[in-house]
Amino acid sequence: MRYLVFFIFLTAAWSAAAQTGLPPAPYANQQLADPAKEAAASELMEELRCLKCQSQSIADSNAPMAGDMRSQVRERIAAGETPEQIRNWLIDRYGNWVTYDPPVTPMTWPLWIAPIFMLIAAAWLARGRFRRKKDKS
Amino acid sequence: MIAEAGLIALWLAAGLALLQFALGAVGVRFGREDYYAAIRPVAVAQGALVAISFLLLIVLFLRSDMSVALVVKNSASVKPLLYKFAGTWGNHEGSMLLWVTVMGMAGACIALFERSLKVKTLVTTLAAQAFISLGFYAFLLVSSNPFERMFPVPPDGQGLNPLLQDPGLAFHPPTLYFGYVGLSVAFSFAVGAMITSDVGPAFARAMRPWVLGAWIFLTLGITAGSYWAYYELGWGGWWFWDPVENASLMPWLAATALLHSVTVLATRDGLRAWTVMLAVVAFSMSMIGTFLVRSGILTSVHAFAVDPERGSFILALLAIYIGGAMALFALRVGTVKEGTRFELVSREGALVANNLLLSAILGIVFVGTLYPLVVEALTNEKLSVGPPYFNLASGPVALILVAIMAVGPLLRWRRDSAKTLLNRISIPIVITAGALFLLVLLTTSMSVLSLLGMALAAGIAVASLAPLWKRNLRRTPLHTYGMVIAHFGIAVALVGMASESSFTEERLVAAKPGDEITLNKWKLKFEAIEPVAGPNWTALEARMTVQYENGNITEIAPQNRMFASAQTQTSEAALLTRWNGQLYVVLGDGDAEGRWQIRTWWKPFVTLIWYGGILVALGGTLALVGRLRRKYLQRKQKEYAELVL
Repeated sequence: MRYLVFFIFLTAAWSAAAQTGLPPAPYANQQLADPAKEAAASELMEELRCLKCQSQSIADSNAPMAGDMRSQVRERIAAGETPEQIRNWLIDRYGNWVTYDPPVTPMTWPLWIAPIFMLIAAAWLARGRFRRKKDKS
Repeated sequence: MIAEAGLIALWLAAGLALLQFALGAVGVRFGREDYYAAIRPVAVAQGALVAISFLLLIVLFLRSDMSVALVVKNSASVKPLLYKFAGTWGNHEGSMLLWVTVMGMAGACIALFERSLKVKTLVTTLAAQAFISLGFYAFLLVSSNPFERMFPVPPDGQGLNPLLQDPGLAFHPPTLYFGYVGLSVAFSFAVGAMITSDVGPAFARAMRPWVLGAWIFLTLGITAGSYWAYYELGWGGWWFWDPVENASLMPWLAATALLHSVTVLATRDGLRAWTVMLAVVAFSMSMIGTFLVRSGILTSVHAFAVDPERGSFILALLAIYIGGAMALFALRVGTVKEGTRFELVSREGALVANNLLLSAILGIVFVGTLYPLVVEALTNEKLSVGPPYFNLASGPVALILVAIMAVGPLLRWRRDSAKTLLNRISIPIVITAGALFLLVLLTTSMSVLSLLGMALAAGIAVASLAPLWKRNLRRTPLHTYGMVIAHFGIAVALVGMASESSFTEERLVAAKPGDEITLNKWKLKFEAIEPVAGPNWTALEARMTVQYENGNITEIAPQNRMFASAQTQTSEAALLTRWNGQLYVVLGDGDAEGRWQIRTWWKPFVTLIWYGGILVALGGTLALVGRLRRKYLQRKQKEYAELVL
């Protein structure tokens, strides 16, 4: 009899969970016990875009999807995956849009070359200016 | 009737702007000097009329006149008076009217108070100013009439976006707009000086107060915007390199560079072409900023197409202004002599380095902000560029820049020797090295960038005060104090940034009333959760008591607000400020078992970021007052001398 009651409870609980249609996300708002792992996870979460929001990282968003992603990140970090592995897994799923740290690909190299180009241009401008001065004096 | 009066005033102002432009253009082109006298009163009348138009829009908002479409869309009769007032510019049409109003009033100010510039240059400047305004008048009157009536009249309005219902944000957009418009005035001066070939110290001195004023407003606007995002968005961040933030940062970077190069032009008659170029760039950046924020292109490249008329209009304006300015610059730059040259180790040399590094950072931010848009438009692939990119790319450049900032004011104009310089900055160097040593020894969690930033900030703080060393403090000019305070403010902000990014502690808990949370030296007790109601919202409020070490017990109450009119939720974080940092508590959702998500942060010295920003703006204000007073006294002296002779 006790088992039957327990069984009824279990099915009731299960169907209630199924009704929300959402997988449970235990680590959406729960930190990992190991501070080092939590630090690694939160550093990664701040660099992942909440896909349902406008300009927010998943660390900062209240959207349910961001919560699921946070939980995924924490669980995978706890299981021993490196942040880079998790990031690449998410990029495979959602594309480059998901990471705020654009990967170096043929499409992004102009972006990464730009800062170096700016500095070279600045140095060149400055050099030209001062050298001309020296020639005169 | 008020709406119609406003619209008529706007049309009249637009007509006067056209007249102002025509008078200036014809006058200068055909040498009709009799036209020159007419342009000042026209500019003043235009400023007055557009101001009247804007005031009437404010009246409509304050009276909640629901027969006006703009009021219906952006206001509601039950809303605090402050937000009815601020709602006037919390929307597209209103903010554009505010822009053109500030612009018209700036033109009126130039017409009334500018006396030292050559008349021909002044007339050209006012004509250029009117030309820029005309684009905005056309934009308002053709595609975004703020006074449009609505029929049938709805019973009530739809309310203002709840996120904008905050005192800080009520005044954030106008502050930035004053900055943007100030840069447009600087640009008009540059156009005037280019056309009349009058690029020299007198032009620089006429332009400088406007650049300084614009820069002060931009600094305040960015500081306030950053603090608003920090406490209102509820995730404890103060800068996210979001495109909207970058849109306000880019004009600031350009204005900062311009501010320093205009000093070289005013004092040493050097960097002529470069200063004009920077004025063009600064104005272009403020236009691009407005375009990015106002066109909806940031949500997605495709959102732009949702309202193509408006977007295309701004884009066309952008093309005309920036393209025109660049073309004019290309045509006239040949006539602008580069001016006095100088040695590498000199005040001018440091200012050139400042300019080039600021331009490099500006370039990086520009590319990082616009590249994803370009990629999406060309290939349909979406890309995110965020903090990891911007910090890595611009952080090191910024550190070199602040190091030069410490050195620059200690250098002599024209020529200095590296040896005596090294002598002068030996103390800051020792302090920087000592701070670096201690930080490496005592801390574990700092990134290289924050480590260097914090150590450098210690040295800069001392170096920035050095220009006052051994000087007669009573005879030191006000603008020197301004520079010292502004540079010191940068050091203060830098400490705050490095500290926030290195030492922030976070705790997330699901707590029931009665539970205790510990965070660093804080003890938080979650006492109860209660419903509360405001004028146009209801909220759940968590009552908590907090204690730092064994100090006083204080009550805080973070809220989760629900706005009836917009069906949106905002979280009102509870902030508790101590001298050494801020406690930041956010109330999240509850679960079925009566537990509530509570997110807490302890952010050591985070407030220094904004205090630094305020110091920078204060320094700018002192410099502006000092310069204006000196200019006024010199004019009085000259008048007196003429009278006596």
